[in-house]
Amino acid sequence: MSTEFRMPSLGADMEAGTLVHWLKAPGDRVRRGEGVAVVETQKGAIEVEIFTDGILDRQLVAPGTTVPVGTPLALIRDGGEEPAAPSLPPSAPLRATPGARRLAAARKLDLAGIAGSGPGGAVTEHDVEAAPPVPRRAAPAPPALDLAAMRQAMAAAMARAKREIPHYYLTATLDLGRARAWLGAANQARPPERRLLMAALLVKAAALAVRRSPEMNGAFLDGAFRPGAAIHVGFAVAVRGGGLVAPALHDADKGTLDELMAGLRDVAARARAGTLRSSELADPTITVTSLGDGGAEAVLPIITPPQVAVLGFGRETVRPWVVAGAVAARPTVVAALAGDHRVSDGHRGSRLLAEIDRLLQRPEEL
Amino acid sequence: MTREEIRAVVVEELKRVAPELDPAALDPDALVRDQVEMDSLDLLNFLTAIHRRLGIDIPERDYGELATLTRIEAYLAGRLAAAHS
Repeated sequence: MSTEFRMPSLGADMEAGTLVHWLKAPGDRVRRGEGVAVVETQKGAIEVEIFTDGILDRQLVAPGTTVPVGTPLALIRDGGEEPAAPSLPPSAPLRATPGARRLAAARKLDLAGIAGSGPGGAVTEHDVEAAPPVPRRAAPAPPALDLAAMRQAMAAAMARAKREIPHYYLTATLDLGRARAWLGAANQARPPERRLLMAALLVKAAALAVRRSPEMNGAFLDGAFRPGAAIHVGFAVAVRGGGLVAPALHDADKGTLDELMAGLRDVAARARAGTLRSSELADPTITVTSLGDGGAEAVLPIITPPQVAVLGFGRETVRPWVVAGAVAARPTVVAALAGDHRVSDGHRGSRLLAEIDRLLQRPEEL
Repeated sequence: MTREEIRAVVVEELKRVAPELDPAALDPDALVRDQVEMDSLDLLNFLTAIHRRLGIDIPERDYGELATLTRIEAYLAGRLAAAHS
């Protein structure tokens, strides 16, 4: 029995993707969660993972081809079966005109590396003519991030959010005195590569708080709210030059702060390099954005559809604060929640912010 | 290690976190944060690189010493000299 490995949807507004290159060849064993192909999307090059175990039987789409979401990219057969065809079978649907094949052979070009402009994505003689003279089977470099396309994708998602989601907004100023003191002590004994950032504490507190507010975690699809089975926090990462992407920190409520911090550094680095994985784009059940040091004092974020809530933290700011009846200078942060009125309301949302505040007063338990 | 060598490492690592940086345009006595767009994660990555290359672990309490390029250089030169004495 074989299953199809398809072009995934990596966001509400993705309609098509371009296969950049294969990470697995026919005959290779593939395991659930492994990257099988790299696909170029508006959010950069994404490693597409597979959700079954088996053996890659046949590749159905050649590198350079743009196909709609849902298109089968490869056939995967069960591990125990004989191959349906030898690797790289002649039936591989690499479409090219006879003239294109002749010209490619004469110029020692790999047809699979040429984008086709003919019917059904077929490579034409003209496409071969226009192709740069690259050596056969040269490893393709991942495409550079297209910031304009990234901005466009974000704008489309935000326009949809503003059109469809009845947002409500709540803010609360939280005392970070204990969290900052705990962080300073924890970091004192750590070299820079193991230091924690306040963002990790904020994400952890948010994820733990969401456990008690399941109506903030999940997706609103086809007119109904579907609670998330796990808490995957989309962490907003700014990309130099103006892009923004929010890859998932999977099960953010479960790991230790060190694990969360390692995950945060990892996704931030890969978001900026344009090498995120498909599950990281598709899985977030709620988003957290933290402006950090250079940011404004508060952010009122917009929900990313189909999610139903987003939390925004402004810059950590020292403010006069009343502690035990006396005014003291304390580090504080403005936390903002944007919620979806179809699923929750200001009363429920207030409880979420209060729970985050409570958790941040016990940083040692995060 | 000379001051010039330290500066070269610092500028190289600043450029790694902020590829758009033009080292020639960097004013050594103006605030780094006004000239290089860095968030807290960029700063951490910069400090990690300095630790790896120079063996100097800059603690959080000394972040205030890192305001300008000249001060970063002086700080690192002092720490390196202390480590070798």
